[in-house]
Amino acid sequence: MARNPVTWLGSPTFPKAAKAALNDTQLRQNLRKATGTIRGRRAAAVAEMTDWEMLRVAGEQIKDDVLARLDTLLLQLEESVTARGGVVHWARDAEEANRIVLDLCRAENAQEVVKVKSMATAEIGLNEALEAGGVHAIETDLAELIVQLGDDRPSHILVPAIHRNRSEIREIFQRRMGVEVSDEPADLAEAARVYLREKFLTTKVAISGANFAVADTGSIVVLESEGNGRMCLTLPDTLITVMGIEKLVPTWQDLEVFLQLLPRSSTAERMNPYTSVWTGVTPGDGPQKFHLVLIDNGRTATLEDSVGRQALRCIRCSACLNVCPVYERTGGQSYGSVYPGPIGAILTPQLVGDMHDPLAASLPYASSLCGACFEVCPVRIDIPSVLTHLRAEVVEAKGRTAESVAMAAAAWMFASASRYEKAQKAGSLARFLAKDGKITSLPWPGSKWTSSRDVPAPPAESFRTWWRKNRG
Amino acid sequence: MRVRVALFATCLTDTFFPSTARAVVRLLERLGCSVEFPLDQTCCGQMHFNTGYREHSKPLARKYTEVFSGYDYVVAPSGSCAGMVREIHPTLGESPPRTFELAEFLVDVLGVTDVGAWFPHRVTYHPTCHSLRMLGVGDKPMALLRAVKGLDLVELPDSTQCCGFGGTFAVKNAETSTAMLADKMRCVLDTGAEVLSAGDNSCLMHIGGGLSRLRAGVRPVHLAEILASTEEDPWRATP
Amino acid sequence: MASAKEEILQRIRNAKLPATPETVRGYNRTGEGGVELFAERVADYRAIVHAVNDVPEALQRLQGKRIVAPQDVPPEWLIDGVTWLHEPLTIEELDQADGVLTGCAVAIADTGTIVLDGGEAQGRRALTLLPDYHLCVVRADQIAASVPEALQRLEPTRPLTFISGPSATSDIELNRVEGVHGPRALEVLIVT
Repeated sequence: MARNPVTWLGSPTFPKAAKAALNDTQLRQNLRKATGTIRGRRAAAVAEMTDWEMLRVAGEQIKDDVLARLDTLLLQLEESVTARGGVVHWARDAEEANRIVLDLCRAENAQEVVKVKSMATAEIGLNEALEAGGVHAIETDLAELIVQLGDDRPSHILVPAIHRNRSEIREIFQRRMGVEVSDEPADLAEAARVYLREKFLTTKVAISGANFAVADTGSIVVLESEGNGRMCLTLPDTLITVMGIEKLVPTWQDLEVFLQLLPRSSTAERMNPYTSVWTGVTPGDGPQKFHLVLIDNGRTATLEDSVGRQALRCIRCSACLNVCPVYERTGGQSYGSVYPGPIGAILTPQLVGDMHDPLAASLPYASSLCGACFEVCPVRIDIPSVLTHLRAEVVEAKGRTAESVAMAAAAWMFASASRYEKAQKAGSLARFLAKDGKITSLPWPGSKWTSSRDVPAPPAESFRTWWRKNRG
Repeated sequence: MRVRVALFATCLTDTFFPSTARAVVRLLERLGCSVEFPLDQTCCGQMHFNTGYREHSKPLARKYTEVFSGYDYVVAPSGSCAGMVREIHPTLGESPPRTFELAEFLVDVLGVTDVGAWFPHRVTYHPTCHSLRMLGVGDKPMALLRAVKGLDLVELPDSTQCCGFGGTFAVKNAETSTAMLADKMRCVLDTGAEVLSAGDNSCLMHIGGGLSRLRAGVRPVHLAEILASTEEDPWRATP
Repeated sequence: MASAKEEILQRIRNAKLPATPETVRGYNRTGEGGVELFAERVADYRAIVHAVNDVPEALQRLQGKRIVAPQDVPPEWLIDGVTWLHEPLTIEELDQADGVLTGCAVAIADTGTIVLDGGEAQGRRALTLLPDYHLCVVRADQIAASVPEALQRLEPTRPLTFISGPSATSDIELNRVEGVHGPRALEVLIVT
């Protein structure tokens, strides 16, 4: 089986990548500023809703219902899309999905296609696959364009170029568009408008993702801000939409929950500027050919895990990234995948499906388990619980290691109060190593701690010794 | 009738911070509780569970249930250990006895916010992630601190952000943990407080260890020790 | 060999997920908001909002401009002094127009949103996309208080466009900037 392109080939493990990223002071500043801004704005947008918790509960339940009835709902979606003039394709993995899309582009004689930002197509490496097949994909979302023109990798689900500040973006635009532009965000947006306008007006094939697909009506929903989505979804002759099989909602009514949860969690707005809904083909309005590609790519394997499957509730809002103290410092590229941050730490390893993969195995540990992600998740994914669950899978896959031996010894020691007390007494000898009541240097792996923090010297007597003497 | 409380000292506090456990005893007895310390207690299994050694954490959870069953209340001077017992032990097949973090026990069970303490220092408080998000302790510790005579409470900027401890995270992702610690220390120093308090010695050991390395002159003191301190028997730094 | 479709469906069935309880819809499905809240929230997106009684009078602002209008707008909207552009229009003609005038299907007070469904006085989607200025007439009775109420009024299989303010982006330092590919100016006339 081909490797899943959800992780980037050759990426180091999380701790190694993070170490390098932490030395990038520009990156640290850009991220602190951007995440700080959005955190405050999201909190305000959510505080306005008196029924936010009930919306989260409903969001969780609707998505769980989707997973429980996924086979039936997918067939229902296929039937409704087909009835309205669309064509539905199924792909087991990235390779199969890419081949389907490439064949569809070739059938239209397209050398160039315009794209609306889509996590699904980024996950399967579609752009690279199209390029290899002689079709050039133009990213039209501003942040995706910045990443594409900068020959860069994405670092955030919603704003893939979050690691770039305005002056870096200006440099990329001047170099690749050949224009003079200031670093004012409005001028940068104008430059992108001019650069892409002609492409929108002339390109015949567009590729999009989907935020939601409504099973009972066959309607596809895309939320966006800039209008690049509307351009791609409206002007070309052919539209190809690629979506993960879990992006369904059962009924039109269910959208009332997600159209409230997603914008506030994502861009911290009451509503995003544009939401497009289309169902198959509408004569006289928009593309007259519509293809829907449903991809599995590790999702059905994830579905089998009773704890891990809740990651499939994700609606890609990126609120968990914006509040994560680890993400804020390491940035998204350290996660080695298009899915960074807390959700990436639980989704990527499951999509890879192999805990012997060193990068995948390092991701569940890329968290201090502070729980900020769970608190903001609009569909109540208990990310900390999934993280510890996946850590147990990593431990099992790794088998006997120095760590597992030490952990077994510690468990044996803690299993008996007398063994524990003996260890305490032996440990208290360490106080003779300490200066001024603190230890400043320990051998490995303790050195990982003492590189930046002192250790308190063990006291002369433990609490239990005191209790025995005074109260026992 | 006197409330009968079992103290779960937690392995970290028992071993490294006995003054905190002694303070809990003193405080709860002053408030009329009868406090017991079952000597068979060891560890709640959090380190094992959180690092992926779920199977090793099971016997420790079992042991916890056995040791503490029969008590009306178990009180722990740690939000993360109380959280482990309350939220995780049930997933390991246990029905643990009622276990509380100290601040919630004082406010919710005993119904007090003014515990008659005296602590004439400038203090800032780090709420700790598991107290905040796992247990939902909210601003109970702040309410307790506000009622302490002589105490000058200063708000910690970005207080709800993690200090970067996270158990074995501090070692497995040492560089990231240190970056989080650096920001937390900056916030602590910005307050001008002499004392940094928290309801968890693990986080205090982490931030305190960093402050000590900087020779920053801010002392970490567990919430229990502040609340136990009175004019007659004031808090003293343990040597 | 099984088809991709058969294989994916089989894998889903193999996972044997238990049925879930019925969704609890404890959130607010109705709202209180009307014209006033709608006007306030549209304005929050930096769109221009006017409450008017007389549409033709309010349309005087279009004098001297080349404005696209769907065939079926009320005839009294097509005032003199404006060059009205009607279908069939090419992409280039739409791109070169000064603006577009439409009605809407539904509006949402809570979120300051206008919804177009290609029905009466709205035209196909490209009409409201390519001109740089969109003037939208909203009748008071078209304003639904909440998102759930609005969705109930809509026919999902029509091509729908939800518009909340002018086009914008948050892609530079996560701060909102108005004006990218969609119309950079949105003006709303609320008929009371």
